[in-house]
Amino acid sequence: MTNIIQCSIVSLHETLFSGLVRYIVLTGEYGELGVHAGHAPLLTTLPPGPARLMKESGEEEVLFLSGGFLEVQPDQVIVLADVAVRASQLDEEAALEAKLHAEKVLGDTASDIDHSKAMKELNDALARLKAIQALKVIHRT
Amino acid sequence: MAVGKEIRAQIGSINNTRKITRAMEKVAASKTRKAQDRMASSRPYAERIRQVIGHLANANPEYKHRYLTEREAKRVGYIVVSSDRGLCGGLNVNLFKAALKDIKQYADAGVSVDICAIGSKAVSFFKNYGGNVTAAVTGLGDAPEASRLVGSVKVMLDAFDAGKIDRLVVVSNKFVNTMTQKPVVEQLLPLQAEENAELSHHWDYLYEPDAVEILNDLLVRFIESQVYQAVVENIACEQAARMLAMKNATDNAGDIIGELQLVYNKARQAAITQEISEIVGGAAAV
Repeated sequence: MTNIIQCSIVSLHETLFSGLVRYIVLTGEYGELGVHAGHAPLLTTLPPGPARLMKESGEEEVLFLSGGFLEVQPDQVIVLADVAVRASQLDEEAALEAKLHAEKVLGDTASDIDHSKAMKELNDALARLKAIQALKVIHRT
Repeated sequence: MAVGKEIRAQIGSINNTRKITRAMEKVAASKTRKAQDRMASSRPYAERIRQVIGHLANANPEYKHRYLTEREAKRVGYIVVSSDRGLCGGLNVNLFKAALKDIKQYADAGVSVDICAIGSKAVSFFKNYGGNVTAAVTGLGDAPEASRLVGSVKVMLDAFDAGKIDRLVVVSNKFVNTMTQKPVVEQLLPLQAEENAELSHHWDYLYEPDAVEILNDLLVRFIESQVYQAVVENIACEQAARMLAMKNATDNAGDIIGELQLVYNKARQAAITQEISEIVGGAAAV
């Protein structure tokens, strides 16, 4: 068995990545999970979060996924994302602002707000920040 | 000169028509390119999710989802994807013919049909034809949003869940190339497993969080993405068909103008000849 795995990451409007990777790290429903070749078949939903992939060439790439599905076969990984953005294209300031805004809305108990929507926005902003952080870590090393 | 005034007017009017059809051809040509790009960019998702579902249908899940189990068809739901506007050749007519042929097969077997019409051509067609239209979407434009389709797809899925329909079929145009568009009838529900020898051994997924929930979400998403892809593809077909139809119209207008010009010239020449012979005749008589 080889130690590389075929991976494709697609969103509704584009293909973000398609090729061979050594492994991929995602945020699953029950926390982070890393997928190497030979992983057991797995089907899961993805909450918003970063995805880090180690390409065959040893190059790393970070993507932000706004949620979606993950299918793992022993020799193949398919990520069906709702919206996916390369972490290098994310705007850190905008994400921070969105986070602060969401926190403010959540903190404001008096007003008549859509709690689940605000919660979702907060998670989304946090996930974006996480993706940016992950990218920074890679660049530092 | 009074000769051939009507013919000249006719030539003028056909010339104006030709200008319009030529402009429409040019517009359709540029829209075709954009629509094709859009179709190409959303295709990977539709193909990948189809692949996942293909694997899933071959798995031996602990929980058999209702979308995966075949049941006797008493009533069939059709999603018919047409264009919003006409002047695109036989595109919609061919599509409706294909749909009706399929519907007739069920009708012969005593199975009735529900229709979800996408595009105003389908809506007005089935209103005239007398189908039972349960949902309709019109005015999607050139760049349709998936969110606009979700509602009517949900109507059909709810009907399936409630057992009102036992099968869901989508009828739409497949984009072969700019010259050819092919109407296809495709069954979405229940899902048909593709035979795959590699995957036929007994296995199942690990599900997170749990099988029922994830299968539900995934299958609904699958249906939505397939319908969305069909709509996007149909728009590319519409523009390509319109480009072709308008090109033919422009060519035909050119032919007719040529013929009329010939008739006009002949009539004028005949009038001149007649006048001369009258003058010559008159002079000889003097």
